[in-house]
Amino acid sequence: MLEIKNLHARCDDTEILRGINLQVSAGEVHAIMGPNGSGKSTLAHVLAGREDYEVTEGEVLYEGKDLLEMEIEERAANGLFMAYQYPVEIPGVSNKYFLKAAMNSIRKYHKQPLIGTMDFLKLLKENMKLLGMEKNMMERSVNEGFSGGEKKRNEILQMAMLQPKLAVLDETDSGLDIDALRIVADGVNTLRSPERAIIVVTHYQRLLDYIVPDKVHVLAEGRIARSGDKSLALELEADGYAFLDTCSA
Amino acid sequence: MIATETDTYQIDHARLREEQSSIIPTWLRELRERGLNRFTELGIPTTRDEEWRFTNIAPLLKKPFKVANGATPVGSQIDELIQQAALDDDFHRLVFVNGRFAEQWSMRHELPPGVILENLAESIRQNPDLIERRLTGEAELEHSAFLALNTAFIEDGAHISVPDGVVMDRPIHLIFLSVADEPSVSHPRNIVSLGKNSRATIVESYLGVEGPAYFTNAVTEIELGDSADMDHHKLQHEQPNALHVAATHVRQQASSKFRSHYFSFGGDLARNELTCALDGEAIECTLNGLYMPSGDQVMDCRTRIDHLQPHCNSYELYKGILDDRAKGVFNGKIYVHQDAQKTDAKQSNQAILLSDDAVIDTKPQLEIYADDVRCTHGATVGALDEKALYYLRSRGIPADFARTILIFAFANDVVQGVEVPAVRRRLESILLEERGLPDV
Repeated sequence: MLEIKNLHARCDDTEILRGINLQVSAGEVHAIMGPNGSGKSTLAHVLAGREDYEVTEGEVLYEGKDLLEMEIEERAANGLFMAYQYPVEIPGVSNKYFLKAAMNSIRKYHKQPLIGTMDFLKLLKENMKLLGMEKNMMERSVNEGFSGGEKKRNEILQMAMLQPKLAVLDETDSGLDIDALRIVADGVNTLRSPERAIIVVTHYQRLLDYIVPDKVHVLAEGRIARSGDKSLALELEADGYAFLDTCSA
Repeated sequence: MIATETDTYQIDHARLREEQSSIIPTWLRELRERGLNRFTELGIPTTRDEEWRFTNIAPLLKKPFKVANGATPVGSQIDELIQQAALDDDFHRLVFVNGRFAEQWSMRHELPPGVILENLAESIRQNPDLIERRLTGEAELEHSAFLALNTAFIEDGAHISVPDGVVMDRPIHLIFLSVADEPSVSHPRNIVSLGKNSRATIVESYLGVEGPAYFTNAVTEIELGDSADMDHHKLQHEQPNALHVAATHVRQQASSKFRSHYFSFGGDLARNELTCALDGEAIECTLNGLYMPSGDQVMDCRTRIDHLQPHCNSYELYKGILDDRAKGVFNGKIYVHQDAQKTDAKQSNQAILLSDDAVIDTKPQLEIYADDVRCTHGATVGALDEKALYYLRSRGIPADFARTILIFAFANDVVQGVEVPAVRRRLESILLEERGLPDV
């Protein structure tokens, strides 16, 4: 589904990604871990299409197509979803309108019939219940005045509504207490399916107790330093990222 | 040169003096005289005048705007305008046509005991001493040519007085209409006072009929007693060829709350001055504004807050959306006087320019003479929030549509701050029409 080959990217004059190679197949959950500044979030943002980052080398194939050539909205329409670490607040637009606009923009892109208000609200209600969200959050402006946990749930709600093929979760666990973490993880787990892939970007192993990955990669200085199965995450939990120094020494 | 432009006013004033010499009190005749003299001395401001540096009003005042005669204009036009302006039939409604009270279109419900809700001309007849005290007490003719001009032509307007402890449940809607066959001017003068612990909601709407250019020169003076609470709204919908100049002066006593919501949509040139004197402790003053000029419109928003006493808070948020060749001016002054310790003042002006030819001059001014205060101000001018744009697009929303959403959101944020449902609904529908979101 996703094939990243020798990806180099920079922000301003700093090279952050220095040759990432990664292959993710449908049905898999990959965890990308690593210390602060290792390039985890940059990788996520490059996939989503943020314009602050310049790709200088390499390629990213998504379902065989050149992802980097696609507009941001085109990536989303083709099933890529990014759950942000810091979701943007948009005062003045209701969450409900935003969600319906997103769903129907994607449907329009695929020349599919638009979702009607009744069906939309029914789906919304179900998903909100699943995520333990208060009803009034739909009438409120997008993320405005939401607590950290509410923002994260709102990201997962969007994911549940948009049903992406490839979801990238950027530090979704940060700022969540254990109950919220469990709810968010449950939300993600219900989306696991043989047709879908999920990339979990996280600093801590904690989230991976709830979203159990098939593969774990450790990023350091813009490259994947180690890959392994879920036991690698536990090893990191026990020993920290110290081994990275040994490796590079 | 200035003399020729003010000639029309001199002639009009002479006519007014002649017509009304026997029916108005001496103090009013003298007050008008002083106003005219002061206006003549000051002349029409030019861009050399610091207060008018960015707004070139003089060329627009070359037209001979005359005070409309007393003949009642055509009813159907007025009906239409009122229908357009009306917010809720439960509101008290005072309608002024060309600056004069129009009883037949007004609607007053039963009033709580002691409340005065009438037109100024009536109050001058019934209660001249009270009006004399108000008008001669506060009139700061010193610096403003347009206030002086308004004073020279004081004739009518709204007079609202709410006694101590009275809560006005029904909002008061003042509608000012301009309807004339030739270039005309009106000078409404509104006087409002709220007693201790009283509360009122006021909406001022300004509009006119399509036709010759006209000039509205309005002044509203508001006094709030201790712990009084006022929600003030102004909806400026003048015709595209109209000139709108208005000043609202507010004086607040201890623990009072004043919230102003200013919405500027119409006019060729619209200038709004809002000054608030916080003359007591524990006062709250909130000023919100939205101006949306397009075409060749000029909108000039000026606010001044004087923190005179300790422990007062002021919050100010003005937003502008400027399109085409429109021009906007924001000048927000916060003056913290020496005694005003523990002042908390926040001011923000945000403007979005939607075209390369739109211009905004923004000038936040903080003058602080107390040492234990917290004052912040910020001004942002520019395009839409890139982060928000990215966020929307990354959910599959195409870039153009995402921009439409963000423009709407930017303005709607101010609209949602309006607490009176009928006013908010009206503003929402205007916003939808001007900068609306498609159904999705």
